[in-house]
Amino acid sequence: MHSKMKQTVAAFAVAAAFAAPAKAELTGDLTIFLDTSNPAPRATMEEMIGRFGELHPGLSIETTVIDREAYKTQIRNFLTANAPDVATWYAANRMRPYVEAGLFEDVSDLYAEPEIAEAIASTKGALTIDDKQWGVAYTYYQWGVYYRKDIFAELGLSEPTTWDEEKANCAKIVESGRACYTIGTKYLWTAGGWFDYLNMRTNGFDFHMDLAAGKVSWEDERVKQTFMNWKELIDMGGFIADHQTYSWQEALPFMVKGEAAAYLMGNFAVAPLREAGLTDDQLDFYQFVKINPDVALSEDAPTDTFHIPSNAKNKEAAREFLRYVVSAENQTIINNGDNLGQLPVNANSSVDDDKFLNQGFDMLSNNATGGVAQFWDRDAPAEMAKASMEGFQEFMVKPDELDKILAKLERARGRIYK
Amino acid sequence: MTVSADISENESWFHRNQQSLAPWLFLAPGILFFAVYVIAPVFQSFNLSLYEWDGLGQAEYVGLRNYEDLYYEFVDRDAFYTALKNNVIWLALYLLAIPAGLFIALFLNQTVAGIRIYKSLFFFPFVISQVVVGLVFSWFYDPNFGLLNTIIGFVGLGPINVLGNEDLVTYGIIAAGLWPQTAYCMILYLTGLNAVDPEQIEAGRLDGAKGWSMLRNIILPQLRPATFIAFVVTIIGALRSFDLISIMTEGGPFGSSRVLAYYMFEVALSEYGFRMGYGAAIAVVLFLIMMCFITYFLWSMYREERGY
Repeated sequence: MHSKMKQTVAAFAVAAAFAAPAKAELTGDLTIFLDTSNPAPRATMEEMIGRFGELHPGLSIETTVIDREAYKTQIRNFLTANAPDVATWYAANRMRPYVEAGLFEDVSDLYAEPEIAEAIASTKGALTIDDKQWGVAYTYYQWGVYYRKDIFAELGLSEPTTWDEEKANCAKIVESGRACYTIGTKYLWTAGGWFDYLNMRTNGFDFHMDLAAGKVSWEDERVKQTFMNWKELIDMGGFIADHQTYSWQEALPFMVKGEAAAYLMGNFAVAPLREAGLTDDQLDFYQFVKINPDVALSEDAPTDTFHIPSNAKNKEAAREFLRYVVSAENQTIINNGDNLGQLPVNANSSVDDDKFLNQGFDMLSNNATGGVAQFWDRDAPAEMAKASMEGFQEFMVKPDELDKILAKLERARGRIYK
Repeated sequence: MTVSADISENESWFHRNQQSLAPWLFLAPGILFFAVYVIAPVFQSFNLSLYEWDGLGQAEYVGLRNYEDLYYEFVDRDAFYTALKNNVIWLALYLLAIPAGLFIALFLNQTVAGIRIYKSLFFFPFVISQVVVGLVFSWFYDPNFGLLNTIIGFVGLGPINVLGNEDLVTYGIIAAGLWPQTAYCMILYLTGLNAVDPEQIEAGRLDGAKGWSMLRNIILPQLRPATFIAFVVTIIGALRSFDLISIMTEGGPFGSSRVLAYYMFEVALSEYGFRMGYGAAIAVVLFLIMMCFITYFLWSMYREERGY
């Protein structure tokens, strides 16, 4: 009798497992760590988690929001000591140390699911290391030149498409007593953006990635050519003075006040520029111009991601959360103009009707045939990124020291990539 | 015949040795924490500096290679050289806080109405956080709207971008650091001046000492303990300089304002840092420099106690 009872229970259990594989009610705790500490993204994320919670009432979700900068150092501690079930991070090389240390969960199984596989194929590459996927993207954004349309109109300029047009435009802008580009290099990475574009346009995407991977010498003639192109803009007074003292936010007023005509930046610069009073009639966007006509255009599009730490306790719920994050409907909501104001990663979701988002989406879908890079400090290993961006900043201040700077970077390359 | 035989049987071992044990008992908590939180980490750092470790994976023993790398950075005039050089500049210029503090203390050591308010105002920069000091000075130096450029603009100079110029930046940060440090030295001297013996001043005056010779021969010798403390805190403060650099420049432009403490943080703990062993090696170098001063301080204190 006793054993028969057991059998029945076992049979029920098996039946239950077969009956409802996907609809299984999730229970237990789900802890989520976020680095989206700025007010707007924070609210977006919390609303998204709220919606996810409504779908799974049995789950008790605990969200911790950590300051974006502090998060970058804290992640090293909490992944080993006190891992959440889901954590935000960045794609490409930036996640490599954690993947190699075995701290991120392999989520290739999600990418094998039919309803996900096609939809988020565009960001799959950025999340792939050793042919496995280690997380999902939740948003990405384009980079490009944001410029003052009214200043261009006043000087009779049009959006450039070639390097010569770009330089001719810049010469006229400088003549009118303005700087062509605003930039704040105090925190270095903004100069990385310029290098990304100049090098990708001069030498192409593959060369750029080889350089990031340490396969090419910094003293290579092709690298020098990139810097020579950069130097042309610096020498004609294209960049604002004293940029090494400003953060990227502190560089915005130059553009708002009309002392500089353009800004090479990510799409996140649009919101503060609009808040500062620039209307869509004054502000516009163009893709970074072609330099070497033989090179296919490639773009920077940094991707922000969600990962499951290997030490997570509720991985089943974490996977369900990742599925929800990348779902078409959720992607449409969190990336619309009222929320993140960026591009959705799911091909089936719709891009919000915003002129910058539409231009960016179009550019990345149709006009970035060379490839899509993450960003210099995410594509290159952290140490090399730091050393090289310091070099870029120094070059922008003292362009004549180029040889010395490149020699220093070449020494760093010898040490960092073993 | 042992000594214990002289003492009555019922007295315990503890009772008999109470006199010599008591100090150790009272010292025990202090010694314990000092050993666990100061001495042990020092040796841990020494040990860690022989490894290559990213803080996550397996540590790899590399012997003295981290120090070798530091040596080459020094020879190549790379980051380590800059940091070391800046540390020396910090040490030398930070000491200006001592004469400046003495001057202000002498100036404020008088009885006029409301002197306490003036004293508090001069002491104020030491009370506010270093972060605030850093921010205030960043705005002061700002090439666009900073007060400094407005002022030198009146005499037809400038504009200069102090924090953006690799030759000026360290001096600019030290100037910011001197502001609170001078206040600290001032307060040390003010308390010292309270303890100056009025009879000696009187005697000196009868012997015709005044002005400079009064200060040099009568006042300063009596301020020796205050000077010693001011020297100690200023040296340690200069070597620990970190917060101002982190707030004002993040070691920039292109790494020209970093000092050893900041460089260690950058290499081991910052956003782009993953080299725990290398950071530990820098910390060891910094520790050895500090050790020179600490040994000197301890030695002179020891001499003082012996009554030389």
